[in-house]
Amino acid sequence: MSITDTTTAADPAVRGRRRAGGHRPSVTDRSARMSYLFVSGYVLLALAFGVVPTLYALRMSFFNGQGQFVWFANFIHVSQDFRFMPAVTHVGLFIAAWLIGLLFLVTLLALIIHSIGRRWLSSSVRFIYYIPGALAGASSVVLWLFVLDPTVSPVSAVLRALGSESLIQTVAPGNLPVVFAVIAFWTGAGGWIVVMYGALNSISIEVLEAARLDGANAIQTALHIQLPMLRKWISYMAIMSLAAGTQLFVEPKVLSQATHGVVPVDYSLNQLAYLYAFKQQDLNGSAAIAVMMLVVSLGLSVYVVIRGGLFERG
Amino acid sequence: MTTHNRRAAMTRQRRVLVTTAVAASLFAAAACSSATPDTDDSDAPDDSDGTSYGFETVEQDPSAPITVWVDASRQPAADAFIAANPDFPINVETYDGGADGSGSFQTKVEAFNQAGSGWPDVVFSTQNNDASWASQGTDPFAAPLDKGYFEQAFLDGFTPGALNPLTVDGTIYGLRNDLAPTVTWYNQSLLDEFGYDVPTTWEEYEALGEKVAVEHPGYIIGTVGDSFTPEIFFWAAKAPVNVVEGVDQLSCDTSDPKAVAMAELLDNLIAKGVLASQSVFSPEFVQSYGDKVLMLPGPVWYAGALFSNPDSLNAAPGTIAAGLPLAWDGETPAAGNVGGGTWFISRHSANLENAKTFLEWVTSDPAYQVDVAQGLPAYKEVGDLWLAKQAETGFFTDSFADNVSTAAGQVWDGWGFPKFSQEAVWAKTIIPELAAGKSLVDLLPAWETAIKNEAQVNGYQVS
Repeated sequence: MSITDTTTAADPAVRGRRRAGGHRPSVTDRSARMSYLFVSGYVLLALAFGVVPTLYALRMSFFNGQGQFVWFANFIHVSQDFRFMPAVTHVGLFIAAWLIGLLFLVTLLALIIHSIGRRWLSSSVRFIYYIPGALAGASSVVLWLFVLDPTVSPVSAVLRALGSESLIQTVAPGNLPVVFAVIAFWTGAGGWIVVMYGALNSISIEVLEAARLDGANAIQTALHIQLPMLRKWISYMAIMSLAAGTQLFVEPKVLSQATHGVVPVDYSLNQLAYLYAFKQQDLNGSAAIAVMMLVVSLGLSVYVVIRGGLFERG
Repeated sequence: MTTHNRRAAMTRQRRVLVTTAVAASLFAAAACSSATPDTDDSDAPDDSDGTSYGFETVEQDPSAPITVWVDASRQPAADAFIAANPDFPINVETYDGGADGSGSFQTKVEAFNQAGSGWPDVVFSTQNNDASWASQGTDPFAAPLDKGYFEQAFLDGFTPGALNPLTVDGTIYGLRNDLAPTVTWYNQSLLDEFGYDVPTTWEEYEALGEKVAVEHPGYIIGTVGDSFTPEIFFWAAKAPVNVVEGVDQLSCDTSDPKAVAMAELLDNLIAKGVLASQSVFSPEFVQSYGDKVLMLPGPVWYAGALFSNPDSLNAAPGTIAAGLPLAWDGETPAAGNVGGGTWFISRHSANLENAKTFLEWVTSDPAYQVDVAQGLPAYKEVGDLWLAKQAETGFFTDSFADNVSTAAGQVWDGWGFPKFSQEAVWAKTIIPELAAGKSLVDLLPAWETAIKNEAQVNGYQVS
């Protein structure tokens, strides 16, 4: 099987469009060669900046600072750190809040936009959803600093209704997972809504028309036709978001500085790994944390891939 | 485009890709290999002209520009230096100054250690515990200053005790920018108007707070919303919660009677509503208490940062006084200390002479320390000039210079300078709980555990 075949098969949008068009160009030798060329750029960069550093971290996590092989000593050492379990809990709660919100709301919003009949309205709503995504990383958190502070917030009434009179109360430890989830949703959801919208467009019109002829209303169509056909896309979104979510770093880091340390500098696992590397000068401990995060997110991703049928051709 | 051309283009493209990929892998490999601690400095020759700095230097280049890191508040120091020395080769960069124990100074230096290059020549830090890590390790950052680098006569010019936080195992690793003893700030006109006496003990302070709560509700006699609150109250209360012995021993006892007494005092006054729970730097604080500050125990740099600052409390000239540090009934008074910035020079600097010129100027030249600086200069001569200038402007009441000098000599020496930030521990453990209405006395055990945990991961033996 050539690489072209795999990518085409795994890409429901492409397949749907082709089917609708009823025309499939034959794969010539030259374009097959080109495809290797195109893929090689990614593969080489992934090797250099993804695989090699990962293997390097894996190796480091089993050695100590003097270069001796120490089995699992680094893993035991970091997992006994008093900051480790709280950081695991923080990241876990954040991911739970974020993933559930993201999967549910993005799919819902995409379905709603898709059902809007007026073309200009649908495209402008998509554009508006997408705008926050333009504020990358730290800058969006800085903006949220103002939103979260009841004294300057445009939504201070909402914050006060939720019982917070100051920024410190808004970012109380119990609220943080939700606060970070809201920030992450706001910056990231727009892009996913556009992706989901694209995926919805790839569902062939014949199928939807058949459903309508059979008397299905919008909700029934969504539940029984569109959602099952979106399954792969939702799994894809879950995997990408899971990987991003375990990397929680910028949001707590910026909030920590803005709240004069009330949001701790060791809130998330990534921050802890950062402290190990650059404050305690323990790169091997840092590598151990990184490897644990890799194992967990890889495991969850494999689960989602299998359950979501992401690599199935059917 | 002909087939031939296309193929040529493709080959070219492929060659570019391959070159890029090879370069990328080499780069990755280089990044990996430089991550292992290496000792490329150790075989560098000693300074060629024979002057000994007391540590191994890199090759010196008298024309190399020096890179200076300052926080936003110390930007004027660099500006004043550039104004006085317009042709001096210098790059000034701002960073957060490590404020609130963010640790950015250390983490950045560690990153440069990994990279093996990139260190700034001179660094200002708002934290006075940085020498504890900057002087240690396989590749220490801070240059020792009293082993032949700086003249002893210059170092002797600092106020006695000012360089203590920068002295590790008898060696001085940095210079103090300013002194920051705590004093008991109060509003003389308001106290007169209300008919209150200035308290001299913590007991009198508490009694005054109870009276204010009843007779003049809305006025405050202090704040507990900052990360440096423990340094204002617990340090001055002589509470043994941050006792460092040697380089690796730390003890902390929040059940000590003095710690408990201070926690009870603060709980009582918080409950009475006479201690604000906001940070003095927050907009809420200025909004709510701008004209309601009756007293405010705090560091001497509140002078410029709050009282005479048009964007903060902006007090009327002649109303604010710096009272002496408070004492427990029957004991000698003690002052706490909040920061007092520090300057470090990198051992890796390629222009140590210029770094020294900059540091001597910035710590001891009146053009910055007297004319511009907001805090009490640590260098004695300019410190006296600064106090005289404050007295002259008459912004603060007459006793200002005397009381601040006295406070500077009363800083309790039982509070250590460990490798971690006590401010960061307080900020994450206590502030959110206080904001949620918990009592400080109940939080003392949690505070002790947090300090001990932090000490342990930083390599201290804890007792």
